[in-house]
This record gives sequence, C-alpha cells and structure tokens, in this order.
Amino acid sequence: MGDTSADARSLVIKGLNKEYVAGKPILRDINLTIEGRGITAIIGPSGTGKSTLVRCINRLVNPTSGSILFQGQDMAKLSGLALRQARRKIGMVHQEYNLVERLSVMENVLSGRLGYVPAWKAWLRKFDPADIKKAFGLLDAVGLGDFATRRADQLSGGQRQRVGIARALMQDPDLILADEPTSSLDPKTSVEVMEIMVRLAGARNTPVVINIHNVDLAKRFSNRIIGMARGTVVFDGPPGDLKDHHLADIYGGESWMEAA
Amino acid sequence: MSTAAPAATSTREAFLPNWPRRFAFIALALYCLYAMSTLDITWDRFVRGLDQGAKFLDRLWPPNFAPDKLSLMSEGLLESVQIAILATAVGIVISIPIGLMSARNLVPVWVSWIGRVIIAIARSFHPMIVAILFVKAVGFGALAGILALIVSSIGFIAKLFAEAIEEMNMKQVEAVRATGASWLNVLFMGVIPQVVARFVGFSAYQLDSNLRNSTMVGIVGGGGIGATLFTAYQRFDYDFVMTILLAIIAIIMVSELLSSWLRKVFQ
Amino acid sequence: MSAGATTPAAPMATRIWERFTPQQRMGRFATYLVVVAAIVWSFRQIEIIPEFLYDAPQQSWDLFQRMWPIDWAYYPKGVHDALIETFHIATLGTLLALILGFPIALMAAKNITKSTTLNWIAQFLLVASRSVNSLIWALLFVAIFGPGAIAGVLAIGFRSIGFVGKLLAEAFEEARPGPIEALTSTGAPPLSILSKGYWPQVEPSFWSVALFRWDINIRESAILGLVGAGGIGVALDSALNNLYWDQVGLILLVIFAIVIVTEFVTSYVRGKII
Repeated sequence: MGDTSADARSLVIKGLNKEYVAGKPILRDINLTIEGRGITAIIGPSGTGKSTLVRCINRLVNPTSGSILFQGQDMAKLSGLALRQARRKIGMVHQEYNLVERLSVMENVLSGRLGYVPAWKAWLRKFDPADIKKAFGLLDAVGLGDFATRRADQLSGGQRQRVGIARALMQDPDLILADEPTSSLDPKTSVEVMEIMVRLAGARNTPVVINIHNVDLAKRFSNRIIGMARGTVVFDGPPGDLKDHHLADIYGGESWMEAA
Repeated sequence: MSTAAPAATSTREAFLPNWPRRFAFIALALYCLYAMSTLDITWDRFVRGLDQGAKFLDRLWPPNFAPDKLSLMSEGLLESVQIAILATAVGIVISIPIGLMSARNLVPVWVSWIGRVIIAIARSFHPMIVAILFVKAVGFGALAGILALIVSSIGFIAKLFAEAIEEMNMKQVEAVRATGASWLNVLFMGVIPQVVARFVGFSAYQLDSNLRNSTMVGIVGGGGIGATLFTAYQRFDYDFVMTILLAIIAIIMVSELLSSWLRKVFQ
Repeated sequence: MSAGATTPAAPMATRIWERFTPQQRMGRFATYLVVVAAIVWSFRQIEIIPEFLYDAPQQSWDLFQRMWPIDWAYYPKGVHDALIETFHIATLGTLLALILGFPIALMAAKNITKSTTLNWIAQFLLVASRSVNSLIWALLFVAIFGPGAIAGVLAIGFRSIGFVGKLLAEAFEEARPGPIEALTSTGAPPLSILSKGYWPQVEPSFWSVALFRWDINIRESAILGLVGAGGIGVALDSALNNLYWDQVGLILLVIFAIVIVTEFVTSYVRGKII
C-alpha cells in the first residue's frame, strides 16, 4: 500500500494561478501546504475559485501557472500515462455524484480500479476477486451492502453519493478531493454523507480536501478551514478560530449571518 | 451493518448475468453465419472481388473532366436540383393539410385515420418504384420524377408534422383557446409557433433527401442526372461516372450546409 | 422618444414591439427570396409535355387493369426466395454498417476525438457515404463483385454508414460529461473511459438507430435488384422487362406487406427494449 505516513501524502501548492479569460484571474497566487492527514475544508462564495482550486489538483482544470507538488511530482506538469498514474492515487467525490447511471452499483464502485485494470478486462468485467471482495467491503461500510446489483439510477441522491465515496476509496487513494459533495443533498443526508466520508477516510489515514459552501458542515467536520475570497486565501486556521468577522471578510455582507 | 457469517459475503453476486441479452447476441451471430452461407457470400468470392475492385478503382480515377462531358453533366445536375426543389415545395404544401389532418389532438379520430392511411401508403413504396409507376402514367422525364418525390416527401413531412403536433404542449393551445380565438387563430398562435422550428428542420432534411433521390430517379426514366449516370455506367465510361459522383457529393454537401443555415435562421 | 408629453409625471417612451431583430428580419427575408426564386426558376426550366399529362389518368387506369388479377401463383416460384434474400441483404447490410460506422462515429465525435482534422475527415466520410444513393452504391458493387447478393449487402452497408455514423456521433456528443470526468479522475485509460463511461450512455441510442436503419434498409433492399444486386428487385426487374404486369402487381403487394410487417416489428421491439 506504500508509505502511508503523513509526509508521503502531503500536498504543496506554490504560486498557483488560473485564468479562464485572459486578464481575469480566478485564482491568484495561491500558496498552500496541506499535510497528509486530516480534513481540510475550503469555504468561500460562489465563483471565488474554490472548485477551480480543487480541480487543479487532479488536473481536471489546467492551471495557468504555478506548481502542485504531490508524491514527488508536480501535478501541473504531468501528462499522458504519468498523469493517469498520478490520478490513480487521488480519489474524488463529485457534486453531482457522477455515477454511470446505466451501470450497477458494483460496476460503479469497481470503476475506481479502472486505472489499474487493462481495458479488455474492464470491458469483460473480469476483475480480481480481491477487488470484488474489497468492493463489497466498501459497500458494507457505506451501508449499501445489498445494493450491489442495482442500477445506479434507481438510487436516491444520498445513496448515490455514498457509492461515489466507495468508488473513491476503491482507488486506495493517498488523497481524497471532494468538490461540493453535499450541495445536491438535503440537510440530513448531507450530514450523513459527510459523516461517512470523514470516518472512512480517517480510518485509512487519508487526507481529505473538501470544497464546501456550508460553513456549519465545514466547522463541524474539518480540522482546518481555508477561506477564499476573490481568488486568494483570506483565512487559514482551525474551525475554532473562524469568527464572524472572518466570515464577513470571506462572504461579504452581514445579513446572512443573522440568526433566523 | 452485516451480521451474516463471513461465508455469506463470499457468495454474494457481484454481477447479474443478463441471459436474454447473451442469448440475443449468440442468435445474431448464428444468424449472420447462416445468412452469409445462404447468400453464397464466401471469403473466396470476396477476395476475388477485391482484385476486381482494384481494377475498377483504377478505371474510375482520374475523373473525366472533358468539356462536353461536363456540359452534359451540368444539364443533368441542374435538372435534378430543379426536381428536388419543386418536389419539396409542392410536397410541403400538400403535407401541411395532411399533417394537420392526422394529428389526433387536433381533429376527430376518424379524420386522423384518413390522414394516417394516406401517409402510410405514401411511405410504403420506395421512390424508385413510385417513379416507375409515374413514368408509365405520365411518360419519361422530369415530371415523373417530381411526382414520385412529392409522394415520398408527403410520407416524411406529413408524418413528422403530425408527430410534432401530437407531441406539443396542449396547455399552450388551451390557453389560446380560452381567449375565445377561432380555430384558425388557435392554429396560428398556439400550434404553429410550437412546431415551426421542427417543421423547418425536417423540411430542410427532406430537401436534402429529395436531392439525393432525384439523382437516381433518372435511372428508371424520371429525369435528372440519374439517366446520364446510368448511361455512362452501361457504356463502361467509369471515369465519367466518377465525375458525376463527385459532383453529386459536392452538391449534397452544399445543400446540407444550406439546410443547417436555414434552420438557424428560423430557430 | 416620447410623443409630446407635457405632464410632470415621467413620460412613457412609445415602445415598439418587434418580433424579430433587424438582422433576423434580413435573414428571413433573404431566405424567402432565395426559396421563391429557386422555385420559380425550377418551374420554368422543367419541361412538362402537356400531352403526357392529359394522358395520365388513362395510362394509370390502363396500368391498374393490367395488374389485376394478381398472379398469386407466381409467388412460391419467383418471389418467396427473393423475399428471403432481400431480408438477409437488409440485415447483413445493417450489421456491416454498424460495425464500420462505429469507429467513424468515434472519430467524428468532437468530445472523443479532439483533433479537428480527424473530425473533418470522419464527417466527410459520413457525408460521402450518405450522398451516394444505395442504388448507385449497388451499381458500383455490381461492377466489382458481379450481380448478386454480395453487391447488395455491401451497397446497403456502405450507404448506411453515413446514417448510422452521424446519429451515433451525435449520441456520443450528447453524453453527459459528469461521469466521464469522474472516470478520468480515477486515472482510467481512454479505452476504459470509452467502454465504461461513454458506451453505457450511448447504448440505447445505438440500438434505436440500428432498428431505425434496419427498417429503412428493408425498403431499400427491395429495389436494389433493379440493378442486379439481388433480392426481390431482381424479380421486379424481370417482370417489368417482360411486361408481366400481373406479376408486377404481386411483387408490389408483397413489398407493401413486408414494409407493414417491418413497421410492426420495429415498433414492438422498440417498445420492449428502449
């Protein structure tokens, strides 16, 4: 399984910039070091680049400049086979779950292993029995043990996200990225999903970087909060240090903070 | 969550085999082998044919661009284009009432049946066959071709028009009806706006299709480039055949561009 | 803009409602102009010999009279085998088109093949395939392989590549990008992304297109025999040449029947599978 020490799983971001349109940077000179353990939550208003930041890490978005060092490689510079191999070690949980709807739950979980399995085997569903056993184990862990042969589109939103988590964990990742994992879920399910994700990642000592807009969930489940506004980091510290004036700085305006 | 003994976990099914599907694939494969043997399609014949094919391609290329051939060809092409245009125009005009008549949500059921039968008959016969019949009825020449393509246009346009009307949002039509509008006004303000974009779409497609078909109704006497092509073919003038084919492809590509532009204008 | 308001209350500018912007109107006007011009030009150029037109009803009646009574006896001898052959030609041709059209569709889909050059080449192949009528393809293949069913199968196959390929490419382009992104982020190789991400999404369209094209191909296969490419068209051709109109009537009726049956079969299957 490789070196699971915190050092081997740390992420160092230096001078990261991203412009979708020239002259209008979404990310300005981001410098961050994320240690290889614990839950880091990135909060901030829409459009401030938190999603872009997370997606730069596994290169779903290409940075304009800067470096992203992970496991001895600069993610920003990888391509082709090297990029695919690096991505295998980074699991991702998506906002819209992004399951392949016409495939079964088991097939969706197993697709976490696609980076390791030759294409013809994947097509014929000839997965290693050890992988299948592990998939069942993960499904049990997320509470969907009996759902293996159901089609993904028969599941509720919360159930689908749990499959997404199982898929990410199937990769045995050294880092988990979560891009607004609860935005499409109702409040109760959001808490359940966060709870499962944090618990399972914790059991494997896998660091998690979550991009989330719900500040309460962020404070409750993370041990480090990074607040972004206007493309830069304006807050970085434990949840306990996050005060109202910080939130005002991040989100602007105060009326939304007033108790209902 | 699971309190079953470990042995139970190892016998869980990871994938459900889909037997009907597997069966269908095997049946399909067997069918292919059977059909190919019935049709006497053997590898042998195929390979011999490839050899012939190489010789044939040699005779196709380079295409014949001699001026007399070109003028012969352009006459035929122009006629084909004209056939296509007229067939589509008249076809559209006739299809509108027939399509309206076939939509079950606009007219009483018995009326819609008449319309649908007309459409079914129009669609059943290949334009070539219809062309043969028209050649017998009105003689050789472009008229037979035009009439044949009008029939096939009706089969397509009226059918899709009727489907578009049946799929439209009835609530919008009800709203217009509720204002007390006459049937015609309901048509213009409630029905037409919803279907016009699609109507233009498949009319443009039919123009395209008629252009393609007009190139070959000539083979049975319906005018246009088809006759020129067939004559050249029978005389083994394969390089001229190639020229004609290239011209046909070019015209159709232009017409596809035109029809997508047309659709954009009317969106 | 306002029309002479003198009251202290803010005057309302006379607002004009136009259904289309000036550019749109120009575009529509230009289109109407072109369409009308095209129709008028075509009409004037076409030679219609009036005598033939007047003669038409008489000729048509004469034709129907000769077709009746239908020569039913001819069926087992001349028609039945040809009918089966037509069916095989249509089915094998459709399968051929699916096999050949699939890779071309992949090449034409802009989200799968990123190279614009390859996209253009694929699109050109697809357009060329459907621009050439199946009858003309049949002529070509008869010249190469000789008269018979091989030419028919290849003609149907090659003609259908354009149809199948275009619709498949569109289906690929309409695939939801979310699952694809998820699979990409697991580090899956491109072929696996294709088979596990794109294919499950595209599969229903694939079968729908296949069924649709098979339906059309049954009709097309019926007439390929007119140029010698096998099937019931051969029987039709010889009946026409011999002026055996009662046989022609039989064959037309049989063709009509197959078309109806195929329609029922395809809508049944469509309801079951899709």
